Amino acid sequence: MGNSYAIESQEMSTSIILQLILSGVTIGSIYAMVALGFNIIYNSTSIINFAQGEFVMLGGMFMVSLVGPLNLPMWVAFPIAVLAVTLIGMAFERLCIHPLKMPSVLSLIIITIAGSILLKGGAMFAWGKETFSLPHFSTEKPILLLEATILPQTVWILGIIGMVVLLLALFFRFTIVGKAMRACAANRPAASLVGINVKRIVLLSFALSAAIGAIAGIIITPISLMDYERGAILGLKGFGAAVLGGLGNPMGAVVAGFLIGIVESLCAGLISSHYKDAVGLVVLLMVLFIKPSGLFGSAQVSKLKKF
Amino acid sequence: MLTIRNLEAYYGAIQALKGVSLHILPEEIVCLIGANGAGKSTLLRAISGLVLLVKGEISLDGVSLVGRSPEEIVALGISQAAEGRQIFAPLTVLENLELGAYQRFHKEGRRQITQEIERIFELFPVLQERRAQPAGTLSGGEQQMLVISRALMSKPKLLLLDEPSMGLAPIVAKEIFQFIRDLRESGTTILLVEQNAKMALSLADRGYVLETGKIILEGETAELLQNREVKRAYLGKGRKGFLEE
Ligand SMILES: Nc1ncnc2c1ncn2[C@@H]1O[C@H](COP(=O)(O)OP(=O)(O)OP(=O)(O)O)[C@@H](O)[C@H]1O
Ligand SMILES: [Mg+2]
Repeated sequence: MGNSYAIESQEMSTSIILQLILSGVTIGSIYAMVALGFNIIYNSTSIINFAQGEFVMLGGMFMVSLVGPLNLPMWVAFPIAVLAVTLIGMAFERLCIHPLKMPSVLSLIIITIAGSILLKGGAMFAWGKETFSLPHFSTEKPILLLEATILPQTVWILGIIGMVVLLLALFFRFTIVGKAMRACAANRPAASLVGINVKRIVLLSFALSAAIGAIAGIIITPISLMDYERGAILGLKGFGAAVLGGLGNPMGAVVAGFLIGIVESLCAGLISSHYKDAVGLVVLLMVLFIKPSGLFGSAQVSKLKKF
Repeated sequence: MLTIRNLEAYYGAIQALKGVSLHILPEEIVCLIGANGAGKSTLLRAISGLVLLVKGEISLDGVSLVGRSPEEIVALGISQAAEGRQIFAPLTVLENLELGAYQRFHKEGRRQITQEIERIFELFPVLQERRAQPAGTLSGGEQQMLVISRALMSKPKLLLLDEPSMGLAPIVAKEIFQFIRDLRESGTTILLVEQNAKMALSLADRGYVLETGKIILEGETAELLQNREVKRAYLGKGRKGFLEE
């Protein structure tokens, strides 16, 4: 009797762990996308854009308004919300970053912090302090996977993120503009000497990061809800993932995002959810003590970095 | 083709060029020699639009370049292989070359550019062998070939070369100089900056000597080679020492 009970509880715990890992993967994939946004801007400007989290929040908020009050179908609202946030990202670059001549990296970073406060304030003004939700993209009936269940929305999230990462990789690898963005990251003066309009690349990188952030916000809102303050913590976690993966390294960012998500979720489920937010950052700090260039950054590259 | 009048350039409070005037005629090779810190690179950077504070006049075929952005200047037909092997290290050799033709992608399409790259590969077979490799893994000499090739990819009217032989073994330097000679045959106008004054002067049609931001001498290279001042300061002659040839 006692024996069979023990076996059962062991099975239970593996299924719980599987369940926790799955939800960790879900939230981790959002961190991964935020981290990708950080990297794209970092690579073309060496700026850490602390407004990155606000793009995520704005994506969710725009989607809420388009689907709720305006009653648009999801598939119409999705691209409109992404476009709206992309335009905000571009306006942010044009108004706050572009006009400065030879700014120091530090002052640029402070400007992005100011920008994030401004965007958050604007969102509170527009949407209030309520917490909003979105309908799931398809049915909410969980799918059984091995011994755990998975929400169809999670499948959507993973699928969309897979697409985004794939498209980004193709863009950077095979288009001339993508190559130009990598060239700016590698050697900015040389990029302008071959005739690349570096300022336009910077604008593009803000557009791209805002779009990716918006997509992340839209797909996560049905599961984790959204309010005007949510951007900050998502931005922080995404930043953690970007640093953990080695700043400027997109593949590292994705892996680190998943890692932080999974560790967090395991901690929340097995220890206590109070420590959930801290644990990702503790992992980050520990890794940085041991390997300051991040998990996947090369020490050589990090010596050249300003951060 | 290129006319510069009374050019002054500043880095903050430091004045690196103090009223430089020079001109380059079509299909000429003009060399610019001078000691370290004389302002040679600054002059090339000013032409390419990379120096923020510039006074005076720079014009290409009558079009003023002062105040234009680097990409506009590339579009007008000036391309620079800057000093210090400025490759895009993580990008492949092929990608580096493609980016040299960045502005032509919008106008001409990929076919033309692929053909151009084939031509470069004929000139530098090493680059073809290494085309899929990150440019940062090339040897110094190969990187220099890449930088010059990349600068050629925009099909410039005027090519600016900043110390193409720096740090190269004499044999490789000779190859690079032979390549520059061949370029002239194909009708490219070149402004060449060199520490190796002897090689530069034997290659170019005319030369200028820059000293602490001012042109102190100019003329046909044959004359400059005979000039006592040049011999003493830049060719290491007329003074006893182990540097003497
Ligand atoms: N970015 C900069 N900021 C401040 N001063 C600079 C800068 N770049 C160059 N200078 C100064 O301008 C002067 C000219 O420099 P430049 O690089 O043009 O010399 P150069 O003739 O190319 O020398 P070299 O033969 O060593 O390459 C030098 O005194 C240098 O210290
Ligand atoms: Mg120099």
